Parts: sequence; structure tokens; C-alpha cells
Amino acid sequence: MSSTALELKRSGRALRISAYVRGILSLKTLQGVSTLVAFVALWQAAVSLKVPYLSNLPYPADVWKSFTDTVVTRAYWISWAVSLERIFVSFLVAQVLGIPLGLLMGISRKSKDILFPVFEIVRPIPPIAWIPLAILFWPTEELSIYALTFIGPFFVIVLNVMQGVANIDVSLKRAALSLGAKPGDIFWKIMLPGALPSILTGMTVGIGVAWNVLIAAEMIAGHVGLGRMTWEAYTNGNIPLIMVGMASIGVAGYLCSGVVRIVGQSCMPWRRRS
Amino acid sequence: MSAAVATGIAAAQPARLVDVDGVTKCFGTEDDRQICLESCSFGIPRGKLTVLMGPSGCGKTTLINLIAGYELPDRGSVRLEGAPVAGPGSDRLVVFQETTLFPWMTVYGNVAFGCKVKRLSQAAIREKAERILAKVGLYAFRDKYPSQLSGGMQRRTELARALINDPKLMILDEPFRGLDAMTRELMQEFYLKLFEETCLTTLFVTHELEEAIFMADRLVLLTYKPGQVKEILDVDLPRPRHFSMFASKRFFELHDHAMSLLVEESKKAFAAGCTSAFDQIAGARPPAGG
Repeated sequence: MSSTALELKRSGRALRISAYVRGILSLKTLQGVSTLVAFVALWQAAVSLKVPYLSNLPYPADVWKSFTDTVVTRAYWISWAVSLERIFVSFLVAQVLGIPLGLLMGISRKSKDILFPVFEIVRPIPPIAWIPLAILFWPTEELSIYALTFIGPFFVIVLNVMQGVANIDVSLKRAALSLGAKPGDIFWKIMLPGALPSILTGMTVGIGVAWNVLIAAEMIAGHVGLGRMTWEAYTNGNIPLIMVGMASIGVAGYLCSGVVRIVGQSCMPWRRRS
Repeated sequence: MSAAVATGIAAAQPARLVDVDGVTKCFGTEDDRQICLESCSFGIPRGKLTVLMGPSGCGKTTLINLIAGYELPDRGSVRLEGAPVAGPGSDRLVVFQETTLFPWMTVYGNVAFGCKVKRLSQAAIREKAERILAKVGLYAFRDKYPSQLSGGMQRRTELARALINDPKLMILDEPFRGLDAMTRELMQEFYLKLFEETCLTTLFVTHELEEAIFMADRLVLLTYKPGQVKEILDVDLPRPRHFSMFASKRFFELHDHAMSLLVEESKKAFAAGCTSAFDQIAGARPPAGG
């Protein structure tokens, strides 16, 4: 690389860094922070002024206290670990089974005709409606939770992949055929990458659904987990801890979506903004 | 119009690469049958640039699909060097109206695709791809994705992706549509230069008469619904072609003649499009000749 190119690259990096700093100090961030501050102030005001229906809320300071007390406990982090593990395993299984099934139904008309009707009957059942059956059906509560957390993202991913394959431009397939591609090439080099954006959309939506179902399942079945922690706080009447649990679930979901997004972007370099 | 301009289909043809022989192609169901092409016959001579023109809906795209092997004729045959076309193959490559570059592959990946699926060795692929990328002036852009290229670069990548396979026939389906005027002219010049160097048999579809005459050795004009050959013109402008020929007397003659034929067919197409509108107005008579 020539020295000018190096310089250019370096100045490019400097530009990016200064842009980052400017981003932090920008008006937008300021607006965001002030909204947050206003929210906490309103909350404080609502509780101290005994606004009807809101007066039972704990003070922000109580919640903060509960949070600092909780994060130092081992049990809190075990809840995190257990919930994350359940999400990870169930979500992974949903992808491993759902993506090939979606591809199959997207590519082969016949398999779609055979499989899709069953699929269409089962799909509209909200994942939470499976809870009673899952608890009775599976030998352990743990397995029930895994099964429930699997069902949610499974249908989402299958549908997205199927749609994604169907939406691949026929002219791309034709071009590949003309260039001498065999069926295997069409699958690996055209269908799969062509369906990738839809697979990622399915994963993004699916991870959200997975968290929805997991929390519901944990509240009813499990013994540990973030959902359980929140539910136990409810049975003990510990409102600050309920709110800590809710916030934790929110952060966990946000982090998982972030991971899915990063994985997605690294899988699709052609979609990255240059 | 002088007889020297118009040569009939029956006139002696040079050696043909492709024969389109009495091809009929219909679409739609039994009840609602659309005859797209009917007894359409013409040849694509080896080493020549044949331009296909006609009003929209005359079946140009269907013809291309038949020659490329994406579809099969209902009657008649399409033959490449005497053998009937049974499916797509890398001996006849199409550059479409819309870009069909694979968005998930880099310029290099796209260009090398044909060699990769033929399982050539890495070294051979690299050598061929880099030579052709240099030829179309995209060597520096080989690691870019199609979305990062300008329209003209995308077209050149597509040409490179086809040329690397040494096709016997290049089919260009309105390849320069959607490019700005300047890029379009540069691309015309680029392809002409390439053609005049290699004499690669080409079937070129376009809506632009100026472009058609400028590029063509032969101009095949199609009729509107059903698509048949109306006339085949030999474009006897000397090669290499140059933009100054747009002002030549011969160019105007050819242009006038082709234009009068095209206008006739386009009027039919236009009238056909209007018929339903006229039907809506009570008492109004649909235009004749639709």
C-alpha cells in the first residue's frame, strides 16, 4: 500500500472516530437523555403527589436500591444464565429445523403442497396457547420450556425462509442456468444467499417471539430464570424487584436482537453500507 | 423505397449460427389464448450483429427466451448449429434489461461464476477472470459488490460474466436501457469495438432505432401480434462504425425506411391498446385495423 493510501486510511479512521464522538455529544443524544430524565422526574412526581392508580408504584430510588442489591447476588446472574441458555438452545433448534424446512417448501412445489396445509392450521395458534399441552406432554418442566420457546420462532422462520426463496428473482436463476450452473450450484450459490435476507428477518422477529414465550413459560412452569424471578417478586409483593426483573428482561431481549443483527450483517457483506 | 435497402427473407443468407424456423408460441389457458409468435422464421448469421426490433408486445422477449432455451416453442424449432435448442446453456448468453448480477457476489465472483460451476482450476479461473476484468476496465473494482457500482459498470460486469465463457452467441436484451445518455453512448461504442475485434455473433434487442442502425449488420423488424418477421434490412454502413455516421446519407435512408415500417406496426399496437378504452364510450367506434 502506498503512503498516501495509508494516510487516507488513517485519516478515514480519525474521521470515523471524531464522527463517533460528535454522535455522542450531538443534539439527538441530548434530546434522548433529557427525555429519560423527564421520565424519571415524572415518575417521582407521580408517586410523591399520590396520583390515583400510580401511588402504589415505588420511588425510582427504591427501584435503584433494589437493583443494586440484586445485581450482587448469585441468584440474579443464575436467572440470566438459565434464561439465556434456554433461549440459545431453543432458538438454535428452531433455526436448524426451520431453515431447511422453509427452504424445502420454498424450492419444491410438491413438498409445499403436502406440508403447508398442516402448517397453516397449526401456525395461527399463539405460542402461549401451547403452554398447557406442553407442560402435560413433556416429562420435565425444563423440556416443556424448551419446547415452548422453540415453537414461537420456528413458525416465524419457516414462513420467512419459504417466502424468501419464493421471492428470489427468476432472472437470477435463469442467468445462473445459462452460465452452466447445476442444481447443486443453484441451491448453494443462488437460493441460499438469495434467501439469506429473509432468513435474517425471520431470525430478528423470531428472537423477539422466543423471549415472549420464554417469559410466559417461565412464569408458569420453571423454577429459575428471569421470568420466574419476576413472578416470584410478584408473589412476594416486591414491586421494586418486579420492575428490576422487567428491566432485565428488556435488556436481555435487546442484547439478543443485537447479536442477531450483528451476525446478520456479517453474513451479508453485500448489504453493508460502504 | 429502393429495392437495395430492403432484402427479403428469401434472399441468400450467409452461414447461420441460429435458425428460428416457423416458431409459434402461445400463452394463457385454452379459453384465453394469446398468440405471441406465429410462424416466425429468421436466421442469425455467424459473426454478424443482428438487431431485433418491433413494437412492445411483439414477442421480442419471448423470442429471446426461446433462443436462450428458457422456454420451448409450441410449433417450429430453434436450432443452434443445426441442433434443436433444448435448454439454457453457456454457448448462448443473455444480458438482460434488468441487471441479473448476483448481488451477494463481488464483481470477481460474478465474472468467475461460469468458470466455477464448470469446476475449472482456481488458477485457470483467476487467470481468465483477471484478463477479462482488465479488458472491460473493472480490474480495480473486482472486490466491489454490484450495488456499489454505477449502472455502466454493472453492465460491463454483466458483459464480462458472459464473455468469459466464450459463448457462440451473445444475446443482449435492451442492455443499455436505463443508462444515462452519455453512458449509453460509451457502452454502445464499447460493445461495438468488442464486436468488431472479435466478430462475436450477437443478437441485440433494442427500442432505439438510431442505436439499432448504428450497431447492426442486419435489422430484423417484427410485426405486432402475432409476432412475425416484417422485414429484414441489411445495414451496409462500413465497419468500424463511428458516431459521425449518424450524419451520413445512408444512415438517413435506412432510418427513414425502418421508421416507416416501425410506425406502421406501432400504430397497430397503439390501436390495440385503445380498443378497450373506445369500447367504454357508448357509440364510439373502435379504430379500424386493430
